[in-house]
Amino acid sequence: MGSHPVEPVAGSGAAVDFTEVQQTEQFRELRKRHRSFVFPMAVFFLLWYFAYVLLADYAHDFMATPVFGNINIGIILGLLQFVTTFVITMWYVSYANRRLDPIAAELRHELEEAAPEVFIDPAGGTK
Amino acid sequence: MISIGSAVLRVPLQTAEATSVGSPVLNISIFGAFVAITLVIVLRASRNNKTAADYYAAGRSFTGGQNGTAIAGDYLSAASFLGIVGAIAINGYDGFLYSIGFLVAWLVALLLVAELLRNTGKFTMADVLSFRLKQRPVRIAAAITTLAVCFFYLLAQMAGAGGLVSLLLGINDRLGQSLVITVVGVLMIVYVLIGGMKGTTWVQIIKACLLIVGAFVMTIWVLVLHDFNLSTLLGAAIETSGNAAITSPGLQYGVSGTTRLDFLSLALALVLGTAALPHVLMRFYTVPTAKEARRSVVWAIWLIGAFYLFTLVLGYGASALIGADRIKAAPGGVNSAAPLLAYELGGSVLLGLISAVAFATILAVVAGLTITAAASFAHDIYASVIRKGKVDPDGEVKVARRTVVVIGLLSIAGGIGAQGQNVAFLVALAFAVAASANLPTILYSLFWKKFNTQGAVWSMYGGLGSAILLIALSPVVSGGEKSMITGADFSVFPLSNPGIVSIPLAFFLGWLGTVLSRTAEDPMKQAEMEVRSLTGVGAEKATDH
Repeated sequence: MGSHPVEPVAGSGAAVDFTEVQQTEQFRELRKRHRSFVFPMAVFFLLWYFAYVLLADYAHDFMATPVFGNINIGIILGLLQFVTTFVITMWYVSYANRRLDPIAAELRHELEEAAPEVFIDPAGGTK
Repeated sequence: MISIGSAVLRVPLQTAEATSVGSPVLNISIFGAFVAITLVIVLRASRNNKTAADYYAAGRSFTGGQNGTAIAGDYLSAASFLGIVGAIAINGYDGFLYSIGFLVAWLVALLLVAELLRNTGKFTMADVLSFRLKQRPVRIAAAITTLAVCFFYLLAQMAGAGGLVSLLLGINDRLGQSLVITVVGVLMIVYVLIGGMKGTTWVQIIKACLLIVGAFVMTIWVLVLHDFNLSTLLGAAIETSGNAAITSPGLQYGVSGTTRLDFLSLALALVLGTAALPHVLMRFYTVPTAKEARRSVVWAIWLIGAFYLFTLVLGYGASALIGADRIKAAPGGVNSAAPLLAYELGGSVLLGLISAVAFATILAVVAGLTITAAASFAHDIYASVIRKGKVDPDGEVKVARRTVVVIGLLSIAGGIGAQGQNVAFLVALAFAVAASANLPTILYSLFWKKFNTQGAVWSMYGGLGSAILLIALSPVVSGGEKSMITGADFSVFPLSNPGIVSIPLAFFLGWLGTVLSRTAEDPMKQAEMEVRSLTGVGAEKATDH
């Protein structure tokens, strides 16, 4: 543990110029990759969720249209919400493992090597 | 929420003629066994609770899988289990809509919040929000919203515990229920006091496993009775209820334009509230890295998703095997669907197990909320604001432990006072307050460079204030048949859920406060937060060796 119990993380910026890191090609690439995945995906699932909610709220007859047996469009669309949630989850994990984690780890190691006194606590833990 | 949510989230209230099904003695003994086993585990887990990181964040030593299970344990409250099964059993499809909102909401946490929060914070939500803004005002505001959300959630759970006993143990008088609330409260204080975050997490994990396995067994049982065919099950439900409309939406909130708008408002609060619930956010600090935080959410999504699929089968199963009329007539009404189904399937033994799981659920959720509230008070208000950071971690933990006792006693008193109150109102308030007061500031501070202190403060107080004010002026509080206050009518706001107004308002205030502010924030801090949040450099690591 660091010596400041409350804000050790915020107090260590002096030795490292984070604005410089923020401007590096590598970091900008990481940020671009992160945002270009999570933002469109967030917009997509929110639109799809609210489209479903509006249908369930205002288009009862459409949702009650039978498809097979007692299964209707409403049940199918509802179950599809589960499916898309699971698919987006797995998709994001695979994207993050391939495209985000390696570059984030590289940057992290570079920063820790450049300024070990800031990030690595001699006692073994981290500040 | 009264028209929409009350049937889903309200835990049974005392009824004069209530009689219990099954054997109360068996129910109590199974619950007693759960308490005994978890206490032993909490005691063992607490042996190396030394530092603040141990107490608040379990030494950051849990794996993603363990933490994800604990998140599911935290999230799947008694309202989820009893409420959603009951709502589907009575209102069919409309109950199902809740589970979808509760599940999809996790994508917000997965994509936008969990990892970045894990990388930039330490113990509480306020750590992240005040990272690059002015510590004092932002921390105070974040702590206040945290305490507000926890308090409403706590009250709902405690009041729900009282109602549950009338159904499961056959205790109907107010004194007996108060006694049970006190027992739940005292047990919870003991867990949190001794076990800290580690003990609490283990209680969540055990409870989540019991709940999910119990629901799974019942689901398979119901499916066996219906040839593993969803269409056959729906057909049986239609036949028992005599109403084909139970398989399509609209039965409950399609009644009028207002109820439809109300549902939209609730849908907004559900999907945006989850990723801003402080007791869920705090769980992300119990894992060693952001990657494990991601794994936690993935586990949570699978477990919660599977559970809600089970409730779909259980709800329609209860509708088919028991019938809406018998459920409504039972003590506890709509919330008795799941216990009645257990009794129908497996007799008093299965009923006893399911009842014990329902109690364990309340106990575990209450413990999770209490440690979050205590951490927020001790870490954000006491250590950072009152002592201005000049306190050693031991002193902080001491304060946190005392806070646990105070919060425990307050929630016992509140729970006893809130008996017979509309529990749905409290849970809805918690979600709406979380989505309005916390989410805009969380997202702005993670993703908007120019965001500043004034924007954060305006958004948090504006969101909190408007959500609470609109609820106070809604038919939930006055003017309706089921209102908290009867005999007066000041319900100016027609909707029972404030989300559709208060959430956009809070986003707007965050923007307005930021652009009107003349003092810019330190660009260094913004750069540091962004680099840290995405790379994880310097993030708090595991302290367990």
